[in-house]
Amino acid sequence: MRYLPHTPEEITSMLNVVGIKDLEALFSIIPGDCRRHEDMELPGPFTEWELTDKMSAMAETIGTSPEYKVFIGAGSYQHHIPSTVTYLLQRSEFSTSYTPYQPEMSQGTLQGLYEYQTLISRLLGMETANASLYDGASALAEALLMAIRITRRKKVALSTLIHPLHRQVVKTYFEPTDYEIVELPRLENGLTDPSSVTEIEDLAAVAIQSPNFFGCIEDLGAFGESALKNSALFVTSFTEALAYGLLKNPGSMGADIVCGEGQSLGIPCSYGGPGLGIFATKMKHVRNMPGRLVGQTTDVEGRRGFVLTLATREQHIRREKATSNICTNNSLCAMAAAMYMASLGGTGMHQLALLNHDKSEYLKKALRESGFKIPFESPTFNEFVVVSKAGFEKTYEQLLGKKIVAGLPLVSFYPDLVDHYLFCVTETISKEEIDILVREVKA
Amino acid sequence: MKEFLGARGLVLNEPLLWEKGKKGRMGFSLPRRDVESSPLHKDLTNEGPDIPDQSEMDVVRHYTRLSQWNFGVDTGMYPLGSCTMKYNPKVNERLAALPGFAGAHPMLPHQLSQGALRLIKELEGLLSEITGMDAVTLQPAAGAQGELTGMLLMHAYHKSQGSVRSKIIIPDTAHGTNPSSAALCGYKPVPIKSNEEGILSGDVVAQVMDEETAGIMVTNPNTLGLFEENIRNIAEIVHSKGGLVYCDGANMNAVMGIVHMGKIGVDILHLNLHKTFSTPHGGGGPGSGPVCVKAQLEPFLPVPRVVKKKGQYIFSEKFPESIGKVQAFFGNFGVMLKAYAYIMSMGSDNLKKASQLAVLNANYIKEKLKDIYHLPYDRPCMHECVFTDKFLKANKATTLDLAKGLMDYGFHPPTIYFPLVVNGAIMIEPTETECKEDIDLLIEALKVLADEALKDPASLQEAPKKTKVRRLDETTAARQPCLTG
Repeated sequence: MRYLPHTPEEITSMLNVVGIKDLEALFSIIPGDCRRHEDMELPGPFTEWELTDKMSAMAETIGTSPEYKVFIGAGSYQHHIPSTVTYLLQRSEFSTSYTPYQPEMSQGTLQGLYEYQTLISRLLGMETANASLYDGASALAEALLMAIRITRRKKVALSTLIHPLHRQVVKTYFEPTDYEIVELPRLENGLTDPSSVTEIEDLAAVAIQSPNFFGCIEDLGAFGESALKNSALFVTSFTEALAYGLLKNPGSMGADIVCGEGQSLGIPCSYGGPGLGIFATKMKHVRNMPGRLVGQTTDVEGRRGFVLTLATREQHIRREKATSNICTNNSLCAMAAAMYMASLGGTGMHQLALLNHDKSEYLKKALRESGFKIPFESPTFNEFVVVSKAGFEKTYEQLLGKKIVAGLPLVSFYPDLVDHYLFCVTETISKEEIDILVREVKA
Repeated sequence: MKEFLGARGLVLNEPLLWEKGKKGRMGFSLPRRDVESSPLHKDLTNEGPDIPDQSEMDVVRHYTRLSQWNFGVDTGMYPLGSCTMKYNPKVNERLAALPGFAGAHPMLPHQLSQGALRLIKELEGLLSEITGMDAVTLQPAAGAQGELTGMLLMHAYHKSQGSVRSKIIIPDTAHGTNPSSAALCGYKPVPIKSNEEGILSGDVVAQVMDEETAGIMVTNPNTLGLFEENIRNIAEIVHSKGGLVYCDGANMNAVMGIVHMGKIGVDILHLNLHKTFSTPHGGGGPGSGPVCVKAQLEPFLPVPRVVKKKGQYIFSEKFPESIGKVQAFFGNFGVMLKAYAYIMSMGSDNLKKASQLAVLNANYIKEKLKDIYHLPYDRPCMHECVFTDKFLKANKATTLDLAKGLMDYGFHPPTIYFPLVVNGAIMIEPTETECKEDIDLLIEALKVLADEALKDPASLQEAPKKTKVRRLDETTAARQPCLTG
């Protein structure tokens, strides 16, 4: 086996040093009733070439671009990834290293993560960001737990327009605790109802996602003010990070903690993971923050260098009193996001975000003209909800046969939204392909 | 003397991203604008984030230079204890990047995602067979989230039994993630000490186990690299009071095909695909922390779960007792692919062989160094061995200096100062993918360093001398944090 370098002679000579006669004797200390007496029954071993055939065949059964046109976002977005990002990320000095506990040998990862923290802070208008959490959903759960720690209150208010799967994760994290979740209802216009917030007492946090699950851009400023009045922390989240290439950032609208999913920034959909849990806050809250942080310092000769810092928040020091149990996070995904943002620059992110918005407006207008209703009139970024015409369910199934996935049915997430579909258009879909979709749904 | 790997080379300086770049440069091929502009109200928008514009080559050189300041498994030996820094096969990377897998949207209808669903189902089956456990969830994103999932399962189980429990037993050798994961579920950790042999005895567990205690979190093999041989007895004690046994399987690389986790009394076990199953650590993730359980805990596993219906794989949410979800989608699928590829490449005999060789390498190092380095527990170890710096006694050099010194010889240092129960711990995990010559070189380097530490500690305290930067001021970094530029 090519991953196991030992020759039989080497094994013998090493066994001699250890003073035992065979490999089996290495385990003589393990009691017989803990041992496995029968062989494991596993397929293989497969050669590299057999395995490639086998897994390629599995991959080919999956409906992906360019063969399939998938008009779904809903927390995972198909964007073009520059070849440079894919290529640089494969530098195995990055990918095959561990968490940078030994900074002298990990300056590449450390400077890269420091730059990531900076770019994310600038994108979101926040003072600091951590070096990543797992995904947007667990980042939201961590944000709420942090707000509970800071305010010493036990109740959080969550918009019902936060991604339903993210809210499920929060619910799971909260299940064994006595923390309470209050849901903020939605209005006719597809936005969260701001009036309800001020009536709730003893809130640790108000959490709003923008763009929300319907793609609508929330009035974060208004929630920021009402959170402040309640002396609750204002938590904002997002699933489409690219939106902040175009939209006013949450920091400028009073956010105390910003968290979200960063998969859009140069990370493939990969069936939902790995993604990137983005987490940013104000410096005054930094010691309550979960996750790894990289800080700038100098070496004994005065040269600039970077280290993991503020570790006294973390599990390996504080154990049960840590700000989070997180250890391994999604560093390489954070590196991908930094590489992606560096490739686009502020100018490119703005232009690309505009293009996403404009393309989705083009589809929105075309669907409206072909008889679909747009139930929520608030401005959207690159996804939006439509109400289908009668009989669309059948068309939807037929379109799958034509390799088009015409949006995401919302009824399983919001039982009252029968016949509602969430459509997403990014820069990866051309006008011509949008026109084909529209022609098909008209027919 | 042998020639060591550490050498001087030309390493280039590279500024921070925002110290370079010019407004108006572009490193991205912007897709054609084929639709008309449809402006948003200016109250909603910005002018674009303050991120520097760079050309494509600016970006490529930036990250290429940064990468050269890093050390990975592909660079050299990385004997970081408890981290299982084994070789990360390249075919796995290529297969995980296949367009069908990498491009798969998580909300595709099931008829368009059969390959992905099948892979999840099959990998669950493979891990179940390797561990001897009954059912598996692949949803947790890393080991610590696997632990949290395990604690949530334990909590849900006790609740279903109508039992409220507030404590959990955690040995002093545990990873810090154990108590902090348990605390997230409201469990108060009850610490217990390992015995003079470095393992747990049934007596200490029996003293604290009661009906208010949810169970025990035990790492086996433990963080001293020793097999917890009283595990069955401990499990009986815990079970007799209605508790459950959680096993941190971070060290599974020692016992594949050797120990049947299902038979030793473990109820819940997490694995780290980024340790035992060869997926790269990525400088701190993404990982994957599957949780394996015995049948009585299966109803509580996270949803959705893959089931087969009428010849098709589908996701099912119909598990009313489920703890819910710990990730937005199904976990780190991209990492699962690599672990699947690894297991398929290895097969059962090679996986067992991997564990045997990992344990052989560790015992070989232990034997070769134990006359120089202090070995606190002189007994057969599993996949890692723990030494201390006690041999330096009053000498000024310490474990930290030995670790920094090792860098100049071309090795990544071992894990140091962990586990906490051993003062000045040096925890070496070579893994099975290191060959005898390289292990001999590591042993030689550690001998030379021990000698230097005794004869010229001041010089060793200057180490490392060949790295891009030398020792860094961590105190100032923490006192005056500078986290963004």
